[in-house]
This record gives sequence, C-alpha cells and structure tokens, in this order.
Amino acid sequence: MPLWKPDPTFYASPRDAVSAPPERLAYVAAFDPAAERPDALLVLDTDPDSASYGTVVGRTDLPHTGDELHHMGWNACSSALCPYAPHPHVERRYLVAPGLRSSRIYFLDVKDDPRSPTVAKVLEPEELAKRAGYSRPHTVHCGPEGLYVASLGGADGWPGGAGGDDGPGGIALLDHDSFEVLGRWEVDRGPQHLAYDAWWHIAHDVLVTSEWGTPSMIEDGVVGELLLGRKYGHALHFWDMRKRRHVQRVDLGDRHQMALELRPAHDPTRQYGFVNVVVDVEDLSSSIWLWHREGGGKDGPWTATKVVTIPAEPAPADALPPVIRPFGAVPPLVTDIDLSVDDRRLYVSCWGTGVLKRYDVTDPFHPVEDGSVRIGGIVNRTPHPAAPDVPLSGGPQMVEVSRDGRRVYVTNSLYRAWDDQFYPDGVGAWMARLDSSDDGFGFDRRFFPHGDDFGGLRVHQTRLQGGDASSDSYCYP
Amino acid sequence: MTDGSLAALVVLGAFHGLNPAMGWLFAVARGLQERSRTRVVQALPAIAAGHAASVGAVALLVALTRSVVAARVVAVAGGVVLVGFGLWRLLSSRHFRWVGMRLSLPQLAGWSFLMSSAHGAGLMLLPLITASGRGAGTGGAHAHGLGHAAGSAVSAAVFVTGVHTLAMFATAGIVALLVYDVLGLRVLRAAWLNLDRVWAVALVGAGAFALVTA
Repeated sequence: MPLWKPDPTFYASPRDAVSAPPERLAYVAAFDPAAERPDALLVLDTDPDSASYGTVVGRTDLPHTGDELHHMGWNACSSALCPYAPHPHVERRYLVAPGLRSSRIYFLDVKDDPRSPTVAKVLEPEELAKRAGYSRPHTVHCGPEGLYVASLGGADGWPGGAGGDDGPGGIALLDHDSFEVLGRWEVDRGPQHLAYDAWWHIAHDVLVTSEWGTPSMIEDGVVGELLLGRKYGHALHFWDMRKRRHVQRVDLGDRHQMALELRPAHDPTRQYGFVNVVVDVEDLSSSIWLWHREGGGKDGPWTATKVVTIPAEPAPADALPPVIRPFGAVPPLVTDIDLSVDDRRLYVSCWGTGVLKRYDVTDPFHPVEDGSVRIGGIVNRTPHPAAPDVPLSGGPQMVEVSRDGRRVYVTNSLYRAWDDQFYPDGVGAWMARLDSSDDGFGFDRRFFPHGDDFGGLRVHQTRLQGGDASSDSYCYP
Repeated sequence: MTDGSLAALVVLGAFHGLNPAMGWLFAVARGLQERSRTRVVQALPAIAAGHAASVGAVALLVALTRSVVAARVVAVAGGVVLVGFGLWRLLSSRHFRWVGMRLSLPQLAGWSFLMSSAHGAGLMLLPLITASGRGAGTGGAHAHGLGHAAGSAVSAAVFVTGVHTLAMFATAGIVALLVYDVLGLRVLRAAWLNLDRVWAVALVGAGAFALVTA
C-alpha cells in the first residue's frame, strides 16, 4: 500500500541524510560455511540505551542451504525522490539478499517486526539465468526505475547450467514492485566481460562497474596461476546509464589485480569516486584509486589515479598460510572500502594485515590517513579491547558507515573459499563497532558479538536500518 | 464555456502544476545541479510545452470526435475511459519510469509530454472539454468557437489547452522558485502528499461527472 507522505528514510540530498537519526538495528548477512544448515539474516541491536545492545536479537533462517549470503540492498531508497520519475511514497521495506553461490535471490520483509524479518519472495536461479542471462548475483542497488543486480557469472555458469565459459557477468534489472527479473540491463557491453560491483553518478547518467572474476576463477579460492598470470579484473567500465551502453574502459594496469568496491561521491554535482585494488602482484601492496574526469571538466574522458598505496608487511614464512608462504610478507588485502555520506572520510579494510584505516578525503586526490585500528590479521591476530585474551582470526572486511558518519561497523568474513585459504585454521566470526569523530577513531568496547553469538555462522555484509553510507544515492546536492 | 468550468480549468491547471512529478521538481533539480536559478527558469517553459502538447492532443481528439459523433456518445465513452483509467491509477503501484537527469530543453519537453500523458493529464479535463464543445456547438452566449464544425472544435480545444497550461505554468513556476530560493528541498519530506492518489481520485471523479452530465 503506498504511503501518503514520502518514506521518512528517504532524503533528497546527502546533506539532509547526514541528519538522519541513529540506526537502532543492523542487519547482517550470515552463512553456514559447511552449507549444511540454512544461511540467515541476523538482526543486531545497535541502540546503546537498550539492554540487549551489541547482541543478536533476531535471526531469520532461509528456506534453503548453501546460498552463501553475501551482500544486500534495499527495494527502495532515496533515489525514489529523483525528479525524472519520482515515486517516494513506496516503502523501504524489503532487504534484497542474493545467494552468491546458489544464485537465488531472497526478498526479506523487515516492516512488520523489524527484529524478525520474514521471507516474502524467493527468486530462483533459473529465472535469473533465463531472463537476464546471469548467475552469481552480488551487489544490489535501488535505482530510479528498478533494482540493479550486479552478477559475476553468465547464465551457463549457474549451478546445473551448461558449463563452459562462465562469463560474462553483468547487471540484471529487476522490477522493484513485483521483484520479477526484467532482463539484462546492458544494451551494448563493449569489451566488458568480468564483473563485480556497480554504482553510479546518478545525476550525470553515468554508471560505473568494476571487475573481479567469473565464478570458476573465484569459487574454489584464489587461483595462483590466474593471479600471477594477471588474469583477474583490473579495469573500470563507464556506461551511459540512459542508453545502457558501454562508453569507456579504464585499465588500472594488469599488475593491479581485482578492482572491487565502487564508492562514488554522494554529492551529485561531483564526478569522482574511489575503488580498491586488492593486490599488486609485483609487491603485494593494496591500493586505492580515484576515478575522475580528465582535466576536471564535466564531459571529458574518464581516468583513474592511484591515491593510496598500502604496502605489505614482512612476516616469517612459518606464520603464513600456504597460499602466501613463498612471499615472506602479509599482503594488506584491501577488500572493502566505504565513503561517508558527507564524502569526507574513507574507511579502508586491510583484511590480510588486520587493520582498519580512516582517511580524510576532503581533497579526494590527496587522502590523509587520520586514524587506524588493528584487529585480527593473518599474523598479528590482534584481539578486540573488550576481550583482550581472545586472539582474533580474520580481519576487518565488510565495513559500513552510519548516515551521520559517527559509527562504523565491521565484520570479518570475506568469502567462504578465500577465508579458508588465508585463515586455514578457521576465520571465526566477529563484528565490531567503532566511534568516529574529529576527536578520534576507536572501538566501542560494548559492541563485540563474536564466536558462538552468531550460532556457528560467518558474518559478511551489514546493512543499517533506514539506510547507510553505501545504500542510497541522491539526485539533489 | 461557463465561468464555473473556466474556474475548474484553472484549478485543474494549478493542481497539475503543483504536482512535483509534473516537472517543477525537475526544474529545481536542474538549477541545484549547476547552482543557477536561470536553469530553473529555463526549464519551466519546456515543461509547460510538453504538458500543453499532451493535454492539447487529448482536447483536440475529443473535440474533433465530438464534431462528428453525438456529444452524448463522446461524453459517455470518455467518462468510462476516465473512470477505468483512474481506478487503474488508484489500484496499481506502477509509476512512470525514466532514467536520465541530463536532458536538453527539447528532451525535457518530450519528458514532460510523456509524464503528463502517462498520468492522463489531458483525460482529467475531458468533462470540461465536452462542456466547452457543447457551448460552441449550440452557439451559446459563452461560446468561444468559430462556428459549428471542426473549426469550432479546434478553437475550443486550443482555448482549453491554453487556459489550463497557463495555470499549470504559473503554479509550477511559483512553486519551483519558492522551493529553490526559500523553502529548500527539506519541505518535500513533510509536504509531499501522495498526489498520485489524489490524482487518481480526481480522474475517477471527472469520469463520473462526465457520465452524470452526459
């Protein structure tokens, strides 16, 4: 039923969104690494005044097993206020949660009891393959005219599919009312074959995509020969969002393997964004790149500039898992980044070394590191200050920032097969919350669910109730 | 056309102009994007032109049909279409879909035409168009027509479209500048009533009126 007033969680501009009230709940995608029990959507209490603060207060098991829940998106967000097709009287009500391994997509209703979401619809992998030609749905974004679901694999790659070439990955467009698959988004994909993330400069009709690998390149773990052969993705693609056509490929250079998370400026008048590269095969460093228009104009060609390099940390070989033992160093493995809604701060997860960094990116060309915490890590196993005797496996991975920019949430699992490669003695499961302000950046000692708190599941992406720094896009400055 | 229906025409124009979906919001967005009031003002005539084309097409179609088919038939058929369309708008959750912020002014006029047509902006005026045609057809005191045939129908359609669009343009312009210069977009959160539902009810009402008075 449509609302009489716009959904109160929609904000016209990022300036307004910053004044949003603090989130009371967080939704976390959790999966069973053995694929024997169902994956689950976990609900965590994030209200510091609540008696159950920092604990799991709700859990919705999915009806199947082996999905590997990963990322999630909302059915509707602030883009519903965009002036060319406004429909702000819909509700932000459903979390759209793809199973990255099963290619199933769940629609979870969080309205009636936000602490106990219900499964409203399940979209089967056959539908996605038949109608859009894709599998391994990953990122979900609420666009002005439908749900954009970036998918890693082609239709032949879906479980039980014909096999063979398992690309290209791309974007499936879903109807945001019926949740049916409308079809393949791309009209002309140009040279794009590998896929990972997708987002946009919505007020400039520009869509951006990044590259990881096709399902066969990632599902059994990182493949050494492919990595050293520089076969993983290392380019950005820019698209005309209206015509759905490929416009330009920007190559970061093939030593920069795996260009993943796309964090465009929230300010719709700006045309720049950040992307993380997981590993430079020549020195194991990670890097952050800034994409922007050449010469700073409005319509010039796109280019990308490396603005941050994070070096590997030397380590004794016997402290390293087999996959990186020959290198004698821990790669930082920057696997997620997140940009605050005011575009002032960038958070960077170094999953290998166990570091979460904060950069001041007020000048996006010259990020300044102004905060850093250690937790977990392949070698260091740094504990959380709330449990200083518990060495932690895994590292800061999915990072999410509240709309007001004051709180940062982080979980520790990357992806089942990769967890097992880099943390072979068990990646564990933990989640932390940090306070972030001009005065500092540090752990909230009261918020540290870990281990059995998650019932044996691993935890991946966090979505905050009402929206967060990576869920909404805005058409007005 | 009576004074009453003239007033109704103006009121409906203002109602259409007030609806953010009909274009003033797009004008404001264009201005905010470049921090330029000129861009707001430039957009408004293009939006009004698209709206006029959409409304005018319906008005012309109805008026011309009326000049060859009995008035009662047109009114009844139109009323049925209106009620049906209004109910569909009321019950369906579908909305106009479009992607694209960076439109040239002609493209903006095209967008406005499509947006107005999808909302049935012209249909809503149907009872007034048939009323205006009736005035011309009978050669009444308030007739604005040229005669008894198509010419009269066309001029009636042009008159209806013109008055309506002027009211729409004036309202949209005032609201756009008020929001751009004074209120800011925060007003949307509190004041943006679901006009699409009001709109659908208005469509049904207009259809019912056409049927009752046919």
